[in-house]
Amino acid sequence: MAPETLVWLIPVPPLLAFFLIVLFTNRSKWLSHTIAVLAALLSFAGSMWVFVQALQNEHLGESPIESIINWLPLGESWFQIGVLIDPLSAVTLFFVAWTVLMIFIYSVGYHNFGQPQGDHDVPGLPPHGASVVDEQGHKHRVLSIEPLYSRFFAFISLFAFGMYLLVVSNNLLTMFVGWEIMGLCSYLLIGFWFAKPSARAAAIKAFMTTRIGDVFMLLGIAFLYSATGTLNFRDILYNENVLLVLGETPSGFLGLSVAGLIGLLLFIGTVGKSAQFPLHVWLPDAMEGPTPVSAMIHAATMVSAGVYAILRMFPLITADFHGHEFTPLMIIIGTIGAFTALFASTIAVAQNDIKRVLAYSTISQLGYMVAAVGIGAYVAAAFHLVTHAFFKALLFLSSGSVIHGMEHGVLHTDNHHLDPQNMFNMGGLRKKMPVTFWTFLIGGFSLAGFPLVTAGFWSKDEILTDAFLHAPLVFWTLAGAALLTAFYTMRQITLTFLGEPRTPEAEHAHETPWTMILPLVVLSVFAIGFGWVGVPGGFPVLGHRLPEWFQEFVGETLLVAPELPAFNWIPLLASILVSIGGLSLGWLLYRNVKAGQSDPLQNALGSLYRVLQNKYYFDEIYQFLFVKPSIWISDVLVSEIIDRGIIDGFLHFLAYISGVIGNFFRNAIDNPVINGIGDFVGETTKRIGFAMRVIQTGKIQQYMVISLVIIFGALVYFISSVGLP
Amino acid sequence: MGLIDNYLLSLILFTPALGALVLVFLPSEPRSLHRWGALLISLIPLALTVYLWFQFDRSLPGFQFEESAIWYEAIQSSYHLGVDGLSLTMVLLTTLLTPLSILASFSIQDRVKPYMVLFLFLETGMLGVFLALDLLIFFVFYEVGLVPMFFLINQWGSEYGERTLFGGVKVQARTYASFKFMIYTMGASLGLLLAIQLIGVTAGTYDLVRLVEIWPSLTVIEQVPLALPVSTIKSIAFWAFVVAFALKVPVWPFHTWLPDAHTEAPTAGSMILAGVLLKLGGYGFLRLVLPLYPTESYQFAGALAFLAVMAIIFGAFGAFGQKDFKRLVAYSSINHMGFVVLGIAAAAFAAGSPQIDPLDANIALNGAVLQMFNHGLSAAGMFFLVGVIYERTHTRNLEDYGGLFPLIPAYGGILIFTAMASLGLPGLNGFISEFLVVRGAWAIFPVFTAVAMLGLLFTGAYVLKGIKHVLQGPLNEKWVGHLSEINTREIFVIAPLMVLMLQLGVWPAWLLDVINGAMTALFQMNALF
Repeated sequence: MAPETLVWLIPVPPLLAFFLIVLFTNRSKWLSHTIAVLAALLSFAGSMWVFVQALQNEHLGESPIESIINWLPLGESWFQIGVLIDPLSAVTLFFVAWTVLMIFIYSVGYHNFGQPQGDHDVPGLPPHGASVVDEQGHKHRVLSIEPLYSRFFAFISLFAFGMYLLVVSNNLLTMFVGWEIMGLCSYLLIGFWFAKPSARAAAIKAFMTTRIGDVFMLLGIAFLYSATGTLNFRDILYNENVLLVLGETPSGFLGLSVAGLIGLLLFIGTVGKSAQFPLHVWLPDAMEGPTPVSAMIHAATMVSAGVYAILRMFPLITADFHGHEFTPLMIIIGTIGAFTALFASTIAVAQNDIKRVLAYSTISQLGYMVAAVGIGAYVAAAFHLVTHAFFKALLFLSSGSVIHGMEHGVLHTDNHHLDPQNMFNMGGLRKKMPVTFWTFLIGGFSLAGFPLVTAGFWSKDEILTDAFLHAPLVFWTLAGAALLTAFYTMRQITLTFLGEPRTPEAEHAHETPWTMILPLVVLSVFAIGFGWVGVPGGFPVLGHRLPEWFQEFVGETLLVAPELPAFNWIPLLASILVSIGGLSLGWLLYRNVKAGQSDPLQNALGSLYRVLQNKYYFDEIYQFLFVKPSIWISDVLVSEIIDRGIIDGFLHFLAYISGVIGNFFRNAIDNPVINGIGDFVGETTKRIGFAMRVIQTGKIQQYMVISLVIIFGALVYFISSVGLP
Repeated sequence: MGLIDNYLLSLILFTPALGALVLVFLPSEPRSLHRWGALLISLIPLALTVYLWFQFDRSLPGFQFEESAIWYEAIQSSYHLGVDGLSLTMVLLTTLLTPLSILASFSIQDRVKPYMVLFLFLETGMLGVFLALDLLIFFVFYEVGLVPMFFLINQWGSEYGERTLFGGVKVQARTYASFKFMIYTMGASLGLLLAIQLIGVTAGTYDLVRLVEIWPSLTVIEQVPLALPVSTIKSIAFWAFVVAFALKVPVWPFHTWLPDAHTEAPTAGSMILAGVLLKLGGYGFLRLVLPLYPTESYQFAGALAFLAVMAIIFGAFGAFGQKDFKRLVAYSSINHMGFVVLGIAAAAFAAGSPQIDPLDANIALNGAVLQMFNHGLSAAGMFFLVGVIYERTHTRNLEDYGGLFPLIPAYGGILIFTAMASLGLPGLNGFISEFLVVRGAWAIFPVFTAVAMLGLLFTGAYVLKGIKHVLQGPLNEKWVGHLSEINTREIFVIAPLMVLMLQLGVWPAWLLDVINGAMTALFQMNALF
């Protein structure tokens, strides 16, 4: 099969799986997950084959795998869509395929396949466990299978379809289609346990917050389309003339060029999708969804899509950048990215929920990538995107494994008031869940950028080096964020796995089944190994002994391959220092936390700790500034005052006036005059008739008498007037 | 097939009315006779329309399958029918939605015969508007459609609810809504009738094809009333047309009849009201206003775009502010139809501005017509689904539902699907038309388009609000055991709509191609330079 044809087919299996499960197999849990995993496997195989094809093409940047068809007839021409595999989409496809497949397999175990139905489980709520009686007649509480098991696999299949579609698209419009389908799935999956009001609220919040970004992005797409007449990536981004014109034409808005304004609109879409400040608020709440969802949304796919989008649009964003002075758009992107990186890591320090810490760390790491794009470090941003996807998927899945183990403990003690996600309820899980411990450790150290071994070190170091050389302010911000990252990561590892169990539930935690362990191990390999394919050539000792493959391969995507930063000792030392320093600090501060003891940081930070714990009160501020006014405008201003009050009031008034006029005609003209005359005529006639009635007796004799009288009278008159003859 | 081909449009047009006459002479019982009879009758125009669709030559500009016969010789009015890509699309929408609405009406138990008879007459009325190429015939059908709808709302509308009028008088809600619908529309078409008379008398013909050639370039009018300048006369006539159609669409601030009429109408009535009757407005703009008044359209395009944006934004806010599920859906129509008018206004402006790329206007018009079709599908679907839940719970109050998803999973899935189509989710039909409108309008009215995005944002808010209250959250225990799943008949109503929503979202070329041909021709004819 030609590679182009295969690329078209990559997104198809998960979509088919979605429809098959929804329409036919939703009653069979086994069949549903088999179809879903099989579909993911097919897409995986297709992706790997395409990836290998892409690797063998030495000039993939110049002559990518592309295929185009006509889609919408518009005027005399067609709007075309198609698929494209260039270096950037090839590496994205690689990590998406791996993480998606791993998450599908993991979900089978996470949703307790093979366990009995729960005693009181209802669809729309997390399973609460089942009672079983073993051979000896002992009663046990065990985990129960998710009631909406099949539905879960349908949703994540659709989600995978959205991501594959986004990656293989050769144009912004179908990419946006994939982008929004993921948005829908994230809504459905965050609200998977929809009967919980908190999950329902989180789902709506996620959808609406990202939609703010999306409507701007839609404008950006419309703008780009009308400015260039196409949305094809290659025609715009690999075309010097188009970029030159877009970069030089002023847009008349904030001093931005047309390219700058389009880039800004598209970037706002990324701010929403990748949860950058100030649209970051949805992502931590999205933790309401089941853990594989968090890994899908917060690592492998959706949030990566935002960064992928600005990496795609990088030539447009930098169209008027000539290598010296940052353009206004780049300054905006860099500032937001760097600020978000630091800002989110300060919040992560004071969170106690194991998944929330990871959520904030995701926001922070995405900030790194965005900042890297802002300072023009294209390759470094792409590198961090890939490594982060691996180690963050690993961390989320490991944390899911931890929660799963804790839930085991909760069932054992039957204490349902205990929060199995609170790290202060854990401790000592290293011995109970050894594999999970090691994989979490690998993921955590990669996140913290532990020197040399981990993938996170290499990608983060590359961003820091570039920032140090071109934007010192960004460098110091990111270095500060890296220190905090290492600190809260070690805080998490220490509180969760080290020391002694702080609750009976942690005492009875249990290692998870193989379907969950296997993905963790596979992802661990990438969380370490993927860094070694991108070691800078100038790196002491290791440079040129390990491949610098990633930089060379991905750099090809651009028309002019980007210059890689020269090696510099200062950022490297800083990188090592903050990583080791943060990790040690975290361990020192938290190694002796006892059961019931408060966070040692609380004493150190005082009231600032409360502010951090409450995420700088952003939810409350937004509620006051945006949500409440919108509700007021809708409920009161538009519905009541304008529509019912003013417009309907005016109509009712018109109707009333018509009624008054009508009544006037009725009461002043119709009734007295016209009816009056009519009535008068009738009444008079009636009266005359009434008066005449006395002679209408019906007696012949009387009539005869009257006739006689009249005849006699007439005779008398006649005789008297004429005279007798 | 010669005979059928020659009179195909008349056959499509009058089959429902003839069928209705047959039903009139049948006994009232059994009721199933009238249900199935009406359904079968309404399937005939659908089959004929499908045949027409394949016979229609999309490469030719202008009208096809024309029929002409003198109707009223003294005033030069003739029975002239014809279809182009625009009317064909609308006819397809009408003949598709009518059988589905009749199938949805099988749950009507009260006076089935007159209900079905009125419904079939309604179909003829609507089809007549889309097929007529004579202004007077157009107007006749335009008004004929009102009468059955008035009775459908007035007699079969919801039985509960009251509205308070000026001065504290209380009237039954369905009486209020039906009168508001009737009087409001009649009032606006009064101006339309006068303007049509003016055109007819001045130009000496009511034939639309000829008028489009004569009227726009007419600079001297012989019998000028009040000795007004020609441009003023034309402006007045233009606004008479615009107000009539704007009210029908409806454009803010002429929209308040809509939530009342849609909410109080029986389910199938709402489906047709939202699905087809609103399109008469958009169709009127495209068939009459733009071709007859290119100069005035260009002149006042900004004002029209402003009102369209107001409809988009206030429609969305209005929907978000409702507590009644059906009212929420009704307001969503205002929001969605705003995009139709925005596209039309943008094209009208482009027609007078040589510096604007005609492609932009073409895209905006394609989007507007496609949006009419798409909204027909999704709004009819949404009203039907509201009807399904209402028949089971006898409440439309969002607060009374709650967490029904586990009880009615299939209904829930269908509701989410349809709501997402209404929201404009990419991959489903609404997105493509909205994108095309935004794309076309952005190049012409960037500020209006940007502001309209606020409406698009709140589209999400109200759709999610509906889903939130009906399906999600803690289960309202009082419905346990009292709520049955969507039944087979109901699935037969919604399934064709869902298939089309998905199909048009993925591969709209078959429909868009027909629309595109008509819109390209329309714009070329319309351009002032």
